[in-house]
Amino acid sequence: MTDTLLQVENLKTWFGTGTGTVRAVDGVSFEIKRGETFALLGESGCGKSVTSLSIMRLLSQPAGQVVDGRALLEGQDLLRLPEVKMRDVRGGRIAMIFQEPMTSLNPVLTVGEQICESLRRHRGLKGEKAQAALLELLDAVGIPDPRQRALEYPHQLSGGMKQRIMISIALAGEPELLIADEPTTALDVTIQAQILELLRTLQKERGMSIMLITHDLGVVAELADRVAVMYAGQIVEQASVREFFNAPQHPYSRKLFDSLPDINKRKSKLAIIAGSVPNLGQEFKGCRFADRCEFAWQTCRDVEPVWQISNEGRGIRCHLYDAQLLSGRPVSQAASVAVEEDVVPEKENQQISLLEINDLKVHYPIHKGLFKRRVGQVHAVDGISFNIETGRTLALVGESGCGKTTAGKAILQLIRPTAGTVYFQGTNLNDLRGESLRKRRADFQIIFQDPYSSMNPRMRVADIIEEGMTALGVEVSRQSRQARVDELLTQVGLSPSMKYRYPHEFSGGQRQRICIARALAVNPKLIVCDEPTSALDVSVQAQILNLLKRLQDELGLSYLFITHNLSVVAYLAHEVAVMYLGRIVERGTVEEVLQNPRHPYTQALLAAVPVPDPDSRREISPLKGDMPSPIHPPAGCHFHPRCPHAMPICNDIYPGETVLSDKHRVHCHLYQDLAR
Amino acid sequence: MATKKIIGRTALALASASVLLVFAVSFLPVRFVVLWTDALIFILCAMCVGFAAYASQHEHLRAPWREVARDRVGVVAVVFLSAYLVIGLLDSVHFRMPLPDVKQSTEQQYSNDVLSVLDWMATPVREGVEKSYSAPFAAHLYVKETVDLPDGSKVRLYPRLQHGGAHLNNPEQERSGDILNTSLLSVIEGVVVWAVFTALLISWLARRHHRSVSEMFGLVMRGRTEIPWHVILLTTAILILLAILVVNLSGKYHIFGTDKVGQDTFYQTLKSIRTGLVIGTLTTLVMLPFAILAGIAAGYFRGLADDVIQYVYTTLSSIPGVLLIAAAILMLQVYMATHPELFETAAARADLRLLFLCIILGVTSWTGLCRLLRGEAMKLREMDYIQAAVAFGVGHFKIIGRHILPNVMHIVLISIVLDFSALVLAEAVLSYVGVGVDPTMNSWGNMINSARLEMAREPIVWWPLLAAFIFMFVLVLSANLFADAVRDAFDPRLRRSGLRACL
Repeated sequence: MTDTLLQVENLKTWFGTGTGTVRAVDGVSFEIKRGETFALLGESGCGKSVTSLSIMRLLSQPAGQVVDGRALLEGQDLLRLPEVKMRDVRGGRIAMIFQEPMTSLNPVLTVGEQICESLRRHRGLKGEKAQAALLELLDAVGIPDPRQRALEYPHQLSGGMKQRIMISIALAGEPELLIADEPTTALDVTIQAQILELLRTLQKERGMSIMLITHDLGVVAELADRVAVMYAGQIVEQASVREFFNAPQHPYSRKLFDSLPDINKRKSKLAIIAGSVPNLGQEFKGCRFADRCEFAWQTCRDVEPVWQISNEGRGIRCHLYDAQLLSGRPVSQAASVAVEEDVVPEKENQQISLLEINDLKVHYPIHKGLFKRRVGQVHAVDGISFNIETGRTLALVGESGCGKTTAGKAILQLIRPTAGTVYFQGTNLNDLRGESLRKRRADFQIIFQDPYSSMNPRMRVADIIEEGMTALGVEVSRQSRQARVDELLTQVGLSPSMKYRYPHEFSGGQRQRICIARALAVNPKLIVCDEPTSALDVSVQAQILNLLKRLQDELGLSYLFITHNLSVVAYLAHEVAVMYLGRIVERGTVEEVLQNPRHPYTQALLAAVPVPDPDSRREISPLKGDMPSPIHPPAGCHFHPRCPHAMPICNDIYPGETVLSDKHRVHCHLYQDLAR
Repeated sequence: MATKKIIGRTALALASASVLLVFAVSFLPVRFVVLWTDALIFILCAMCVGFAAYASQHEHLRAPWREVARDRVGVVAVVFLSAYLVIGLLDSVHFRMPLPDVKQSTEQQYSNDVLSVLDWMATPVREGVEKSYSAPFAAHLYVKETVDLPDGSKVRLYPRLQHGGAHLNNPEQERSGDILNTSLLSVIEGVVVWAVFTALLISWLARRHHRSVSEMFGLVMRGRTEIPWHVILLTTAILILLAILVVNLSGKYHIFGTDKVGQDTFYQTLKSIRTGLVIGTLTTLVMLPFAILAGIAAGYFRGLADDVIQYVYTTLSSIPGVLLIAAAILMLQVYMATHPELFETAAARADLRLLFLCIILGVTSWTGLCRLLRGEAMKLREMDYIQAAVAFGVGHFKIIGRHILPNVMHIVLISIVLDFSALVLAEAVLSYVGVGVDPTMNSWGNMINSARLEMAREPIVWWPLLAAFIFMFVLVLSANLFADAVRDAFDPRLRRSGLRACL
């Protein structure tokens, strides 16, 4: 069963016509064999989703046009099939699941109806038979109590459940090929592990092919058999997963690996890919990566590299592997390839406590009925304590909905805490009101997750950065403020000449730099970084992390780094606090928590992170179930319904703090005896 | 710094022009009257000019307007709307003519009739009053009258009109030839005027873009310019031809006939334009502060402010609008009847009633926009940049002014232009019901109201209704097309640069 299922040849999809043509996909060829998982890896905007939409003929017309190429499904060209026949292919032979399970389901139909629609259309099943098939499908995707769930509406299900439903709809037509477009990007790591596990078992059972579209090297390593790397509308490298992860060949692929943060790179700067993805609206002369490539020489800029296939069957599009052209490469440059190891010494500050948080609580009341009676409350943050020292980074880690962002905003008094104390340099911020709080605001600032919504689109960059200075009276004269804006832009690696532009003229990474400059403008001592890199591509993420690290060394800033990405934590943080359902379950130094996790939740979280190494495909059983609602947290230990080590005592009593070392503390009954 | 220079020069030019105007005005032998609505209209115009000057300095404000200017249908609508606007503005400069000095008194006496520049320009049409109904282009009255012949006998016949077609000796035979002649002459005149206009426009464009005139001409005619000037030229050609044709013909005939008391219907429809425009624009002006303040306050502050504002507008919008309007207008009527000494002229009375109609329409119509703005403000206050501003300790009102208001302006603009046509139609309906503008004021609503009886008589009098219909239709249609173009340009979800979203 190694015959080819889908063969795509020289696919070209262009958007718009005339001068503004965007060549989103520009000559992509690959093939998918029966029963294999083929991964299309690339950063946002490289054309990987457009490729899959072109194959499914789901491009938004008339903006997008497939101008050339073929997509042969067992010899039948999908691109030239009449629309009527195409409808049998879609969902029948090729099914698709999308990134966002929240918006892919129709909110006014029960999930059972939505699955039955596909069963009826593609397998002609009705009535009893459809019911039986429905239950079987729901069972196959691991939904407990399928009879009940089939009658529920999408809003009654969690994100992970919805993605399972999406998968079962895709499976309903018994497809030969499943296109999974970033199937786990919108999900938390523990849920991601569940879904990846599910896809793996389903493939094993049904022998279908999967085309996996992702930007995450870890996911590729977990799931794929073969991988193709896309860059600027073209495939630049193709290999089996093992070969690829052992020795990536294309300079771009190598850079991708180098820019991944992890604990071993703590002492050094992350490798970055200079510049940004080229505008696809132009016609390319040479290699598309030449401007960002440190190996590039003149030939790269003049001659477009051709697709070459080596003896082992690896494909690459790079002059470095073209013996003929490589001979013409200047020698002097070849020597300078050695990557300079830019070691950042870790400073040992005298540890002065900057921020001390004790038993911080944020509860939202729930009102109901005509007279807005209070019927309950959301325990968003339910008694957390930690402290941050000057020049250090504390990472607050947890899955979405655990209250980490609320905690960050409560510390900054953007949300007023319900109880507890926030001592900032000896002042309790919770007691401050009005003017006295406003005066202290310069000391603590925030950087947001989404660089697109964090700047007013109607203001120029200079005005955006200046706003805080004016409001807090940091620089009095206009000239000195303007000079400071220039200085800040230089500091974050932008040119002062950019200050009269509007935010929409910048890329995501540049915007995040502007946001950092805006926060720095008022000389803060503490910056709350609320997932500052999770909306960015890996290579851009490395730039921002490097910048944050550099600024910490230069200015002695403290960071409260809120994130769900554990590899970023390992790279950047000094201390880690793991949050679950509004409470901190474990905290300690990075080494202690990440290398010797004690709480079962921390252990599960670490195990669920996909590792970019196909040899370490773990046979772990991912954490069962979802996070409970913070309105009615489980009695006793919040984690006990999902905990593999749950004991009778866990049902009744929330575990107290166990001090394991100077910094390492954990809330778990397993370690009550170990208390020093 | 070049922009500052330009602003300075423009300001200087405007200032000197207004000084000159004041001088010229003080030497004219008339007494200027500024009615309430006149003043508001000119304030509104000044605001628009000010906003345009401000917008031209800010790229994010200028870009969507450029988009409007690129839209072909949009510019056609703009040309038609500006024609209406010119007529409306001409009709908004009022004065009173001096009376001939009869009593030899030292103080100059002025006529009780308040005239506008439009009235003065259309004097022959305005004064060409017949006895009663006459059909369009007719030379005879539409009703039979008993006429005393010189020999003493009496005959019932259709008498000749005193003004319409009065220059013809034998109307039956000469009329069509005369109309054709006049039309042809008008077309020639129109072409000449249009050619002059085109030449001026193209030479101005050539200077602006630093090109030669012939080169620019080629670009414009082939439609290669950013703004579709060829479409604008074509539309103005049609407008200029129509205008000259109408001016020439209405000097000789009543082109839309006359009404019951013999007044020219065409003149009445022209006068109605101002009423329609006033209702459409001033009402919005009245309601905007309510809607913007209340809407943003409710969405931004939430809590008690939100509850109160929501309560007010839910209550207000559950009372039938017509009921409120009728009550307010009737109260005003009683007040005006008991205080006749407050009004110097009949025009002032009618004008006050118009203003009140605008205010009461505004008070009843702000709820829709308010609700929209509340939702938008609620969405915006959760945006990260507002959170960032709060983290900087920026005050509430600064946040509203700097971050929320500019980001809801597109909604305000879209709803202004969409509301305009609805309000023009509302005036017609209200006047038809009898609670609209003053019965002595020319308005399409009043014309339609009187057409109720005219359509019922035999033979039927159809032209006043037709005239009102045509003028109103063109105005509302161009307003709607303009609104579409504005919405397309301002609504971020409909941006043409939606390529990003596709990828």
